[in-house]
Amino acid sequence: MLLQQLINGISVGGIYALLATGYALIYSLLGFSNWAHGEVAMLGAYIGILSVTSLQMPFLFAVILAVVGAGLISVFNEKIAYKRIRDNNSPTMFLMIAAMGLSTTFQNMAIVVFGPKFKMFPQILPVGAVKIGSLSVGLLDLVSLGIVIVVIIGLQYLITKTKFGLAVKAASSNMGTASLLGINVDKYIMLVFFLAGSLAGISGVLYGMKYTVYPQLGNVALKAFIASVFGGLGSVQGAIVGAMGIGLLETLVSAYIHSGLRDLITFILLIAILLFRPTGLMGKDIQDKA
Amino acid sequence: MSGYVEGVIILVCINVIAVLGVSILTGFTRLFSFGNAGFMAIGAYASAILTTKYGAPFPVALVVGPIIAAIAALGLGKLTLKLKGDYFLITTLGFGESIRLLFLFAEPITGGARGLSGIPPKTTLFIAIGITVLAFLGAWNFLRSKYGRNLMAIREQEIAAEAVGIDTAKFKEYSFMISAAYAGMAGALLAHYYMFISPIMFNLPKSAELTITVVIGGLGSLSGSVLATILLTVLPEVFRSAAEYRMLLYGLAVVVIIVLKPSGLMGYREFSLRPIFKLYERIFKKNDPTQTKGDGK
Repeated sequence: MLLQQLINGISVGGIYALLATGYALIYSLLGFSNWAHGEVAMLGAYIGILSVTSLQMPFLFAVILAVVGAGLISVFNEKIAYKRIRDNNSPTMFLMIAAMGLSTTFQNMAIVVFGPKFKMFPQILPVGAVKIGSLSVGLLDLVSLGIVIVVIIGLQYLITKTKFGLAVKAASSNMGTASLLGINVDKYIMLVFFLAGSLAGISGVLYGMKYTVYPQLGNVALKAFIASVFGGLGSVQGAIVGAMGIGLLETLVSAYIHSGLRDLITFILLIAILLFRPTGLMGKDIQDKA
Repeated sequence: MSGYVEGVIILVCINVIAVLGVSILTGFTRLFSFGNAGFMAIGAYASAILTTKYGAPFPVALVVGPIIAAIAALGLGKLTLKLKGDYFLITTLGFGESIRLLFLFAEPITGGARGLSGIPPKTTLFIAIGITVLAFLGAWNFLRSKYGRNLMAIREQEIAAEAVGIDTAKFKEYSFMISAAYAGMAGALLAHYYMFISPIMFNLPKSAELTITVVIGGLGSLSGSVLATILLTVLPEVFRSAAEYRMLLYGLAVVVIIVLKPSGLMGYREFSLRPIFKLYERIFKKNDPTQTKGDGK
């Protein structure tokens, strides 16, 4: 029973992890929490579901479209809002307000355009469970966990082993110096937004397949955000660990305490972390936190 | 006056009170909060429970609601106001959602998701307008007192404010408490106007809406906040058929304003009739030769 719950927790945590890494990437670079991130995931899920149901595309193609589409929406946000605010030399706080505005806009746009109804992904994978001893694991959970692991390993490689990762690290430690050293900072910011957006797109599709697709789907990003705070804002590894932790905590609380307390305990955890260890598990910068 | 118009005016008044609170906090102290709907919920539930379950008179409920909200802000502020920027905002967000979920969970006291009904309809047009005027004058005078100017000093440069001897922690705390008390008052009036409250009325979008209104009105203008509230409450009533576009347009408005004109409708200026008088005077003097010639100076 406990083992079963742990597996459920990890599978939910994996979806949070994809979103949380996006938060972490953008925070580490620009120092603000991109509230519109959840809505990027939501729009990605809609692109996926509409490509499959309305346009009758093959599933794999629809997923690719959703991932690329979500990435482009994320870049679009950066181009029309965040970049201009940075160029205006406005306070960092304005980035967050703009992100909040974008999030409100996208969520309500989805209600107007797609309607408030819940949409189901058509059955792609057979509904089945894999029996491992006394445990039964949903096939979808297993596949999504596999995707999450592959994506996270790929991301880790990208950050630690490639020129892209090095440039992003340089830019996040000091944007001015990085650009003096010949790094095209704006290009890398754009690429990071694309990367974060595509990760959000994957998580949106996975979440939509596990549950349903609806305009408020983006609110799930709040959990991912808490996960990235838990792991330490700006730390990608921390975000992954934090997301798994939140996923486990939620499943355990709803299984053993009360499902009505699930979100409450998550939020209380958020406040407690910020009070006692604002750097989270793996965060570094404590300059503007304490 | 028809009941409908009266209802809209009462709604404007309630929103103005809540927005004034956010304006003091965000516009004048530059602390962003996503939890003011939580304080509204505290005020609404505290006052409604007092009048329905304990039979307390309405004025008592109107005083106790905001006080409890302010006490909650005192507690939260003591813990979180030392955090900066994003982090403070996140804790207020967590607080607002926690309050909502707590009221949702505490079913025996609050009625849970089904809400609390049977609240006496005590919020009349007269009371709503009276309290709004008092709230505005209170905020106006507070901001022009020594306390208010200290808040503005914190807004402009926190380190400099501290250097000239302002106890920034204490004044941020005041600002936060006043903002919570205003939210609590709005909540108490709301409960006794709708006669029914449920946790969903005080969710994150409600907090966001309050902040959006202040940003549109201008970060640093009380009358701008009032103007924006009236605009954002009355326009959706006029364009009822486009109701579903309401929040979409709010979101767009915030993005456009923060990108193109971050000072909002009014900026740091307050609404006054003086420019209108001046304009009138200029036109009047031009058209009336006796005025310009016969001034005799």
